[in-house]
Amino acid sequence: MKITVEIPSALRRFTDGVQTIECTSETLPDLLGEIEQRFPAISKHLRDDSGQVRRFVNIYVNEEDIRFLGGNSYKFHEGDRVLVVPSIAGGAPAAPAGGLENACG
Amino acid sequence: MAEHYQLKCRECGKLWGNQARSFCDECLSPLEVVYDLDAIRPVFTRKNIEAGPTNLWRYSALLPLPEDYIGSIPTGFTPLVQARRLGKQLGTTNLYLKNDAVCFPTLSFKDRVVATALAAARRFGFKVVSCSSTGNLANAVAAQAAREGFDAWIFIPADLEAAKVTGTQVFGAKLVRIAGNYDQVNRLCSQIAEKFQWGFVNVNLRPYYAEGSKTVGYEIAEQLGWRLPDNIVCPMAGGSLITKIKKAFNELIALGLVEEKKVKFFGAQATGCSPISDAVKRKLEQFEPQKPATIARSLAIGNPADGFYATRAIRESGGWAEDVSDPQIVKGIQLLAETEGIFTETAGGVTTGVTQKLLEQGYINPSETTVACITGNGLKTIDAISAEYTLTPAIEPRLTVFENFINDRMAAVAGN
Repeated sequence: MKITVEIPSALRRFTDGVQTIECTSETLPDLLGEIEQRFPAISKHLRDDSGQVRRFVNIYVNEEDIRFLGGNSYKFHEGDRVLVVPSIAGGAPAAPAGGLENACG
Repeated sequence: MAEHYQLKCRECGKLWGNQARSFCDECLSPLEVVYDLDAIRPVFTRKNIEAGPTNLWRYSALLPLPEDYIGSIPTGFTPLVQARRLGKQLGTTNLYLKNDAVCFPTLSFKDRVVATALAAARRFGFKVVSCSSTGNLANAVAAQAAREGFDAWIFIPADLEAAKVTGTQVFGAKLVRIAGNYDQVNRLCSQIAEKFQWGFVNVNLRPYYAEGSKTVGYEIAEQLGWRLPDNIVCPMAGGSLITKIKKAFNELIALGLVEEKKVKFFGAQATGCSPISDAVKRKLEQFEPQKPATIARSLAIGNPADGFYATRAIRESGGWAEDVSDPQIVKGIQLLAETEGIFTETAGGVTTGVTQKLLEQGYINPSETTVACITGNGLKTIDAISAEYTLTPAIEPRLTVFENFINDRMAAVAGN
């Protein structure tokens, strides 16, 4: 079984810039372990000192918050897309060369 | 002169200077604007403030604005009114209403946060501003973007009230209706903000945006004659406002503008979307997200960005939180209108209903000074209450017809 995990830009410096990774874990705790095995540097940013996923990190499965699907007990399905999103996420990319233009034209 | 503020991670404390960024790369926690209060102390005085304009820019020294920034939109400084008739109904003599139902220009407290957010958008060079919104923020961003010359892209849940939809489109904003609830809109905007170089007021500009809410607190203190109330009742959606009023009071105490006082903070939610009040009442450290189902659409955020901090602020203050059902929200709107002549939207019905409940339950001492924050205008949520009223048939414009009409009405009332 394969699922796809999308890494937010804030964490891509720990994934060698990789934006999406394919994983085979069945549950969220296993998935975090799988990601950390491949990219060990990500661990201390995803989890707090007690090993819990940080309070301000939200995990979505196919656009649904995983907490509504059972959280840690949710069993992934083939083809699930998992999103890792800081709770007040977004922005913060460096300004592109040529200034901050309207990306939509 | 160096700037007296910058971003700081609320959890790990890392400093980030000033940039369009809402969270810490190290621990993914939210950033907040912090100030060098010692540097601000000489200018943030009662005298200077009272000599300033009668809008929120009188507090510019404690807002994250570019140096010499002059806001062109005279927002804020809404009335603080003593609510004698409502207070009498609820059994308290010291009830005040902070009436942001008449905030300029779009009749909600969101005009305040957009004012500071657009200052940041200008500073960071954005040409497009954007937001995810339950309606009031959409109106505020659209209106102020028009006046300030930004393009605006606004993202809303598709089922918003018609007045809030039209009240966004009229300003020329591009409106994107999403088939989902606010939490889904917000998550999408987080993803869009990563790809588009836009100033999302409540995403990448969020720390600067949130500071605008402090002006509610400054105004309450100033309008009470530079003193703090005993209790604040505040509606909660994302949970930011209640934490920022608390921050404002703490700053005023630290700078010596008011006497120190431990103000109790009370949070108000709709039962159909009450993750924060639920966490307070069940004494949870972290709230549990909910799927919103309430007529109070402006408060329908099931995964509130500042829910953790709002819960903590309430608990630390010695306050409490409550929630009211949809019928109680409607009754709250009517009660406020009939006793004080203030027509508020559903969120204000929540605040009024919860204030009543907290007094009845004894959480609020009726002899203390309480300020309830009315954050939006009833003309935007007419649908929520229009079914409560019926229209009588039109009558001919003749005195005798009216006399018959009034006699019938009086008889009907007497018959009841």
